Amino acid sequence: MTLTRRELIKHLSSLPMLGLAGGATRVLSAPDAGETRFLLVFLRGAVDAANVLVPTHSSLYYEMRPTIAIAKPGSDPAASVPNAAIALDDRWGLHPALADSMLPLWRSRQLAFVPFAGSPDLSRSHFETQDTIEAGRSLDGPRDYGSGFMARLAEELGGGALSVSFTDGMPACWQGATGVPNVSLKAYGKAPFDDRQAELLRQLHAKSAWAEPVNEGLQLRREVAQQYEAEMQEVSRNAISAKGFELEARRMARLMRERFNLGFIDVGGWDTHVNEGGATGTLASQLGKLGRGLAAFSQEMGTAWGNTTVVVISEFGRTLRENGTKGTDHGHGSVYWLLGGSLRGGVIAGQQVDVTAATLNQNRDYPVLNDVRSLLGGVFQRLYGLSNERLARVFPRATALDLQLV
Amino acid sequence: MHTHRTPRSATGSRPFVWTALVTLLSMFVGVVVQAREAAPPSVQDLRWLNRVAWGADAQSIAQLSRLGRRAWLEQQLRPGGDSSLPAALQQALATTPGIARPLGEVLADVQAENQRINQLPNEIDKQAARQARNQAAQQARYEAGRAQLLRAVYSPWQLQERMTWFWLNHFSVHADKANLRWMMADWQDHALRHHALGKFEDLVWATVTHPAMLEYLDNTRSAAGKINENYARELLELHTLGVDAGYSQADVQELARVLTGMGVNLSGKAARLKPELQNAYVLNQGFEFNPARHDSGSKKLLGMHVQPGGLEEVRGVIERLARHPATALSISRKLATYFVADEPPAALVERMAKRFTQVDGDIAAVLRMLFDSREFAASLADGAPVRLKDPTQFVISSLRLAYNTGEGNGAALFNNLRPVQGWLSQLNQPQYGRITPDGYPLATATWANPGQLARRFEIARAIGGSNSGLFNNDDNTSMAPTGFPRPGGHLYYSVWQQLFSPDTRSALEKANSQAEWNLLLLASPEWMSQ
Repeated sequence: MTLTRRELIKHLSSLPMLGLAGGATRVLSAPDAGETRFLLVFLRGAVDAANVLVPTHSSLYYEMRPTIAIAKPGSDPAASVPNAAIALDDRWGLHPALADSMLPLWRSRQLAFVPFAGSPDLSRSHFETQDTIEAGRSLDGPRDYGSGFMARLAEELGGGALSVSFTDGMPACWQGATGVPNVSLKAYGKAPFDDRQAELLRQLHAKSAWAEPVNEGLQLRREVAQQYEAEMQEVSRNAISAKGFELEARRMARLMRERFNLGFIDVGGWDTHVNEGGATGTLASQLGKLGRGLAAFSQEMGTAWGNTTVVVISEFGRTLRENGTKGTDHGHGSVYWLLGGSLRGGVIAGQQVDVTAATLNQNRDYPVLNDVRSLLGGVFQRLYGLSNERLARVFPRATALDLQLV
Repeated sequence: MHTHRTPRSATGSRPFVWTALVTLLSMFVGVVVQAREAAPPSVQDLRWLNRVAWGADAQSIAQLSRLGRRAWLEQQLRPGGDSSLPAALQQALATTPGIARPLGEVLADVQAENQRINQLPNEIDKQAARQARNQAAQQARYEAGRAQLLRAVYSPWQLQERMTWFWLNHFSVHADKANLRWMMADWQDHALRHHALGKFEDLVWATVTHPAMLEYLDNTRSAAGKINENYARELLELHTLGVDAGYSQADVQELARVLTGMGVNLSGKAARLKPELQNAYVLNQGFEFNPARHDSGSKKLLGMHVQPGGLEEVRGVIERLARHPATALSISRKLATYFVADEPPAALVERMAKRFTQVDGDIAAVLRMLFDSREFAASLADGAPVRLKDPTQFVISSLRLAYNTGEGNGAALFNNLRPVQGWLSQLNQPQYGRITPDGYPLATATWANPGQLARRFEIARAIGGSNSGLFNNDDNTSMAPTGFPRPGGHLYYSVWQQLFSPDTRSALEKANSQAEWNLLLLASPEWMSQ
């Protein structure tokens, strides 16, 4: 059971505090069904791009990965090789752990990949590169640590942005934003306060300077808790319960459907230095969860999926060569995913090269040919019709890369 | 309603409770007490203490009542050394291994272990050894943070502790980079706290010659002909002159040349150099000045010539930057932002900057001017714009109130500070956890985020709860239950209650348990604001 938008608004307006605050508060706004929605998924820890989108054309890939490579698809599609990559075209294959969840989206052109994507930052430090990407500034331009690109995008969209961060804290990409709520959907169970206590807290702040954010914060937590209770009811009726990221993604979809149109979430667990595995193993299991979560998100969005775009990014890729502990180390170029109900997908997009010794960056990893700022800038221009001037306030000095996918 | 508070009749005996407490405290507080009639503090006094200290507590209230603001402030500006700390706190700090050991020894051990691990014959053993090394580093980071939190909660030298945090934030480093976790204890105690109320120039120099900073901002990788500008840029932009001070990219490059040779030496073994360079080589507790890596050419910085001269040249340039009028202005503005207002009054900032220059960067003198100013007084007045406590201030002040620190010297100190570190992380202000070198924002509006405020209420409940784990053993096994804390203790009705509005008091009346009463008190707008 989930609340419909109408039920939700009915429910919200029955709360006494909201009556006092009036109808113009953020709490009462909700995106229209036909409104553009955007979700950014950040895979923190640097996912091994070459084992997500497998360069099946590259003999170097197979030479350098004696134990963790994903096998080439068989030449005869009818006689499939077990645990092999799924051919997306004649040069690239999909990790088999993503077949069930992502292949349907790929075939209906709702999924695209952009290899050789990332930030030109070559520090290969997780936190430095994450920070560079989230700040969204050019490496040679002026910096401002107090400002992240999601915050600047929200500001550029003005009152139209109903922003949310599905995180425990506020990540760097939201730095400088005011009034953007954050709520982690990972572990939430019961409401932190019962209705009586929540009401006492609301009253306590009724005349305080923080009445509105207190109100919204308590309300958001209550909604998440109601979802949880609904999930528990489903479980008690023997429905199969979602777990981990899939559960998180379903909760996120309900909130994106009813309440928000600009969201961010991060997913950890990609720093596979040791025993990464190939078609099965650590990374395969992580990818399986991610894929199931993204598929669940697309389903749970319902009709709003048609107006929703999801971009999945990571700070950098990993070494093409596997290391001494059957894992991979910090690299450079990554692979980004685009998903959406109206995407012109089913393609491997962006600037590309064959993966050979000559094209490797510093003889170890993928080059970056599609700058994250240009790529997201192109998406934002398409989604929101931002002029170059307005885009420059989100991504200063970036040139939008229009992949014509959204 | 349960009788979860001091019975109402206690309000009637206020003078007795008050006098008895002040007498009791003066026996062990150990401060020079002027002959002065003790008066219970006013609302203004409580707000004043909440702003200058990490939150008023029984001890600071008693001291303030005896001494008055001016004399109390004078003592705070000249803190005693560690030997003047309460015995229980000294003991708690002494049980923190690694705090007392010289940094050079700690780092030499780290280096030896790194080498041993690299020479292990197989990968499986290497992984296990790396994991153990990582756990030890995490423990070192925890212990540094534990010491920092214990001092903030229990030290009578409250202004010194607030300023130590201020400088930790001003010279922000991220402990998870390289070997920094091992350096945090030395960094906060020897580089920052030691100079927290001293000369700004000495403070900057302590950071310029500390391996934590040289590692964090990559200066240890910068050498003549192979320049890394990272540290030079932040030293100008964040640590001294400030962002709009008019320096150029060329100044950044020239400063980076000046800073070449300043680096980290983990092993403690001196580099072998040509005899003519040997005299200029310096090695001290992980810090190294290596003349072979230093650019010995002449430089031009901020329009002035820099005479080549090795480490002395660096010291001269740092002095120049620390004494620069732009530095006086930017440090004054930052102090006023922290203590007075998100947008501090320009007139106050200018007066402070002038004072900064007059007294040659004497931080105590600049703070004295700030706390004596009419602008500071105005920011505490009824009707002044409210400022939300930042997470650290909220958590520490709440712990001081809930557990009535300083009310008696027999009470056990918190032993397990992991819950506190967890709360700070959940509120987005983890210790040594700011990734970027700019430190956490000081504008209090930053923290008024819906998700954060809801989370703050949960943490208020945890602090006021009976099961916070603060007295657990170090291995997190539980000690005997400690019961619910009683915020304000004996002083609640005689001192604290006046801080809270009629609305808040009437909400407190509705509490149906001590737990709920604690939650509402700590979550109240008056307590959440500075």
